[in-house]
Amino acid sequence: MSFSNLTRRGLIKTGAVAGAGLALPTYLSAAAHSGFTNAPQGDTVTLGFNVPQSGPYADEGADELRAFELAVEHLNGMGDGGMLQTFSSKALDGTGIMGKKVQFVTGDTQTKSDAARASAKSMIEKDGAVMISGGSSSGVAVAVQALCQEAGVIFMAGLTHSNDTTGKDKRANGFRHFFNSYMSGAALAPVLAKAYGADRKAYHLTADYNWGYTTEEAVRSSTEALGWETVNAVKTPLTQTDFSAYIAPVLQSGADVLVLNHYGGNMVNSLTNAVQFGLRDKMVNGKQFEIVVPLYSELMARGAGANIKGILGSQNWDWKLEDQLGARYSGTNAFVQSFGTKYGFPPSQAAHTCYVQTLLYADAVTRAGSFNPCAVVEALQGFEFDGMGNGPTLYRADDHQCFKDVVVVKGKENPENEFDLVEIVEVTPADQVTYAPDHQQFAGGSLGTCNPGA
Amino acid sequence: MDAILLQILNGLDKGSAYALIALGLTLIFGTLGVVNFAHGALFMIGAFCAVTFSKLLNLSHTIVDDSRKDFLGNPMKIDVPYLHEFFGQAAGDVIIDWAVPLSILFAIPVMIGIGFAMERGLIKHFYKRPHADQILVTFGLAIVMAELIKYFYGANPIPTPAPAAFAGSFDFGALIGADPNTIIYPYWRLVYFCFAAVIIGAVFAFLQFTTFGMVVRAGMADRETVGLLGINIDKRFTVMFGIAAAVAGVAGVMYAPINSPNYNMGMDFLVLSFVVVVVGGMGSLPGAVLAGFLLGILESFASMAVVLEFIPGINQIIIYLVAIIILLTRPRGLMGRKGVMEE
Amino acid sequence: MLGLSKKDAGLLAIVAFLCIFAPFLLNPFPEGSAMAQFNAGYPDLMQRLVIFGIFAIGFNILFGLTGYLSFGHAAFLGVGSYAAIWMMKLLTMNVVPAIFVSVLVAGLFSLLVGWISLRRSGIYFSILTLAFAQMSYALAYSVLTPITGGETGLQPKYTDPRILDGALPAGQSPRANLFGLDMKATTELRLGDWVFTFNAGYYIAAATMLLAFYLSIRIFRSPLGMMLRAVKSNQQRMNYTGLNSKPYTLAAFVISGMYAGLAGGLLVAMDTQVGAERMFWTASGEVVLMTILGGAGTLIGPVLGAGFIKYMENIVSKINETVLEQWFAFLPDGLSDAMVAIVYPFVGKGWHLTLGLLFMMVVIFLPGGLVEGGQRIGRLFRSKKSEPETPDGKTTPAE
Repeated sequence: MSFSNLTRRGLIKTGAVAGAGLALPTYLSAAAHSGFTNAPQGDTVTLGFNVPQSGPYADEGADELRAFELAVEHLNGMGDGGMLQTFSSKALDGTGIMGKKVQFVTGDTQTKSDAARASAKSMIEKDGAVMISGGSSSGVAVAVQALCQEAGVIFMAGLTHSNDTTGKDKRANGFRHFFNSYMSGAALAPVLAKAYGADRKAYHLTADYNWGYTTEEAVRSSTEALGWETVNAVKTPLTQTDFSAYIAPVLQSGADVLVLNHYGGNMVNSLTNAVQFGLRDKMVNGKQFEIVVPLYSELMARGAGANIKGILGSQNWDWKLEDQLGARYSGTNAFVQSFGTKYGFPPSQAAHTCYVQTLLYADAVTRAGSFNPCAVVEALQGFEFDGMGNGPTLYRADDHQCFKDVVVVKGKENPENEFDLVEIVEVTPADQVTYAPDHQQFAGGSLGTCNPGA
Repeated sequence: MDAILLQILNGLDKGSAYALIALGLTLIFGTLGVVNFAHGALFMIGAFCAVTFSKLLNLSHTIVDDSRKDFLGNPMKIDVPYLHEFFGQAAGDVIIDWAVPLSILFAIPVMIGIGFAMERGLIKHFYKRPHADQILVTFGLAIVMAELIKYFYGANPIPTPAPAAFAGSFDFGALIGADPNTIIYPYWRLVYFCFAAVIIGAVFAFLQFTTFGMVVRAGMADRETVGLLGINIDKRFTVMFGIAAAVAGVAGVMYAPINSPNYNMGMDFLVLSFVVVVVGGMGSLPGAVLAGFLLGILESFASMAVVLEFIPGINQIIIYLVAIIILLTRPRGLMGRKGVMEE
Repeated sequence: MLGLSKKDAGLLAIVAFLCIFAPFLLNPFPEGSAMAQFNAGYPDLMQRLVIFGIFAIGFNILFGLTGYLSFGHAAFLGVGSYAAIWMMKLLTMNVVPAIFVSVLVAGLFSLLVGWISLRRSGIYFSILTLAFAQMSYALAYSVLTPITGGETGLQPKYTDPRILDGALPAGQSPRANLFGLDMKATTELRLGDWVFTFNAGYYIAAATMLLAFYLSIRIFRSPLGMMLRAVKSNQQRMNYTGLNSKPYTLAAFVISGMYAGLAGGLLVAMDTQVGAERMFWTASGEVVLMTILGGAGTLIGPVLGAGFIKYMENIVSKINETVLEQWFAFLPDGLSDAMVAIVYPFVGKGWHLTLGLLFMMVVIFLPGGLVEGGQRIGRLFRSKKSEPETPDGKTTPAE
């Protein structure tokens, strides 16, 4: 019998109490050997993909998982390599990460912060994951990001759009590629003003939780700066399924634009209800009544069916970008090609961000020459890259947020199939959506310093 | 004034959905004495009957069109519904357009079948078990039903539009001389309200004016005595379970265009419908209907912007707050009977 | 021993044995083997098993003894958690004040809810508790965001005041500790291919559960316990004898609310975060399921039920297609694909389906829950040895 002092996952603070109280021999942690949590042993490295597999976002989670599997395939040198061919950094060569074959474990976040933490912890404690990625809501992203900070692993956020993830709840070990509420507002406002005029009266329906608040604030301040007036903003419960009571009074208020700060099932239902009320056929103040959905999701657009026709919103990425807007968005076609060939339909933006995050992590490890989270953080901070489908992109050091162009889209009038639901209206360049790190919508947080765990 | 009228209208519509579900739940509880946690799942399956039926109508074969390319650059595959071939493009489209109302015909036999199977196969064995066991087993069944639907249809909501004839909304304002556009209401929701009224009326009439209904009512009041009279009450209860399932099912079918169905919608309605039933009073059919409309209207009022300004967050809790107040002032809900589910 | 009968002392000893050796018992498969997927001996899950055990034990004191079915117990767990995290944010990362305050706050909240809800009985009581819990959840998720963190919940930050702790050294994140002993402190024992993990946090939680279990035995066997059983069997008769049962049921309600608060405080101590979802009605439903599944009214049943559900949630949900392919790789190609296709719907994202089916099976075939299953197996063995005697399991149901 031998007590090994080499722990793969544990971290020990040698407290005298520990030894005496539990009468268990305590040894110095893995720090002596590797200096960080879950240092990969042998010739493999394990990544943890934590996505919603039950609950309302299960389909989005499934799409994220497909992208992760594809990314692992490409990292290990199988398949056609996808974005590895177009990625501006050439550190990755298809031999895994630093010569270690990439393995992965999956878990179910249930879109609940507790369940997501439990699942991520089991990946860290049981499976020895050195990086956690995925997720489809900001609540989960913030909770898991804080966990990864404590445990000393890297968190590469999946789909999370709230300002808080890289605002008041930012953490040094967490990185977000996806765009955020502020960017949606900044990208949408000029397009809205151009399409609908500068003297509009807006009525907001806002999901009554953090993401809703930040989105409403972002869209309000951006549109008001261009001359719009906000008539009213009403908060709706997350658990609401029938929005008729909120939509019925909209016309009476004299508003001529309805902004639905909803996501997922809320968005499908509120949009469906609004169209049922015939809002879009009405003329108010001599203008055509319009509906705006700040954050689009392809999967949810599918749920809303024909109701999304002609409705403006913003996206992080769209699979038609390179075809329609040229080589600036290179990488898009390479990804769509390998995803489409493998699965038979084009990827969603959730899939894209997860795929890119995995490659970015692998690349950062390779460039840093170490899996140590602090080395990875250093390699990612201020990293400028291209060829990942969004054009030139910056991972800002101040808040670990990616800055890139934002796509403004519109529901297509005559979709050819169920995956071709939106058309690209315009792309707002990155510098128009860039903000100061201490912008008031992001105030109140601090990155702290990176934590290697152990 | 317009705003209040509008919210009453709204509440009636919302309430009709609550009332329909609560009615079925009370029927099962009142006749069989079983707390059916799978009732929300029956509603959900009803909605998916509409989805399935419109998928059936859209059954198609694939032709390859070489002149067009799909997103990968391969020749485009185009689906052509068989209905187009059978009836021609125009008539086929009309049938597909009317999928939701037509699927009621499909849903009724399916739901009655599911109801029979459920009662004979599972519920029957739980008449004598404690309510807690009934809750647990039907809750398990609800999970299984939802997961099966998720397995076949995915987790995403599936758009199931109403016929084009019912698109848009009706302007009540113009009717009563108010400004146009102030009191508008979608046609389909008006249809839903009328439909709910007809179903509720039919169930009451059935129980009130038929011999079958009379026996069932007697059974609800005193099952043992009715049995002693030599009447096979079990068979009638099975039929009632089938009817309750069908009521939940058609409520779900007609609800599909209002909110795109997803596998979890049953759970969303479950808690709410229980609150409605209990507020109405256990075992009372009129109570369930009354409570459904009452809570629907109050919920609509609580969601008005003016109200929210005074009491932020009231829309989040109104239903539960009202439930607490009613249960504290009226011990057995609005119209509950003494001694039912109180031990 | 400790004021317990021989039988109860034996039961306590068994639970203590299970707790102490859980790291071995839950890790029966060697590291790296195909079955390692089923190992549950990692700190987070072990902690959750005992913490939800506490929650279920507390719930059972109310439901198992008095028959009052509360459908809002998760609210007390949530309130306790919020109290604990605020202690950690404002006072110190030491878990003792956090847990103490969480029990206290949950106790006060349950006193309020219980005082109102216990005016009604049966399903009316259940709906009242459900209404309180749903209101707590809805408000915590939305309007109370400044206090509860809303959607994103609360976690300790560098910038929190923490007046009793000194400033954190650079690069350190705030860690929950017990007078300096880090909850995450872990040591590993390697025996050949087997790896066993011993975690400080787990043993603290397990010790707390043992204490909670011991208390619950004492309550079950006390005059109060007797009184509560009388409420369950016939409240009316009790009232006719001139006894006012309300103080007793209220006491049971508050005690079980405090157990829930203790579980909430421990959850925060082990994993420093709170989200509003832990107060949602499904969370309240879960503890009902745990208790009934394990065996309501029995002493050990709720602990078993809690373990069963948490194990399913954390282990089965992680089995994905790749894992299945590894398992069945030894079979011929066609057969292995077929096996994967058959098993796949029930694991990974289909874990809810398995859970639902198992619920139904247990309720249909084992009305007394897992405890009854254990008793039946026990009887089976005993009847082989000797003539069947009057069946008397280790644990006697309350009725």
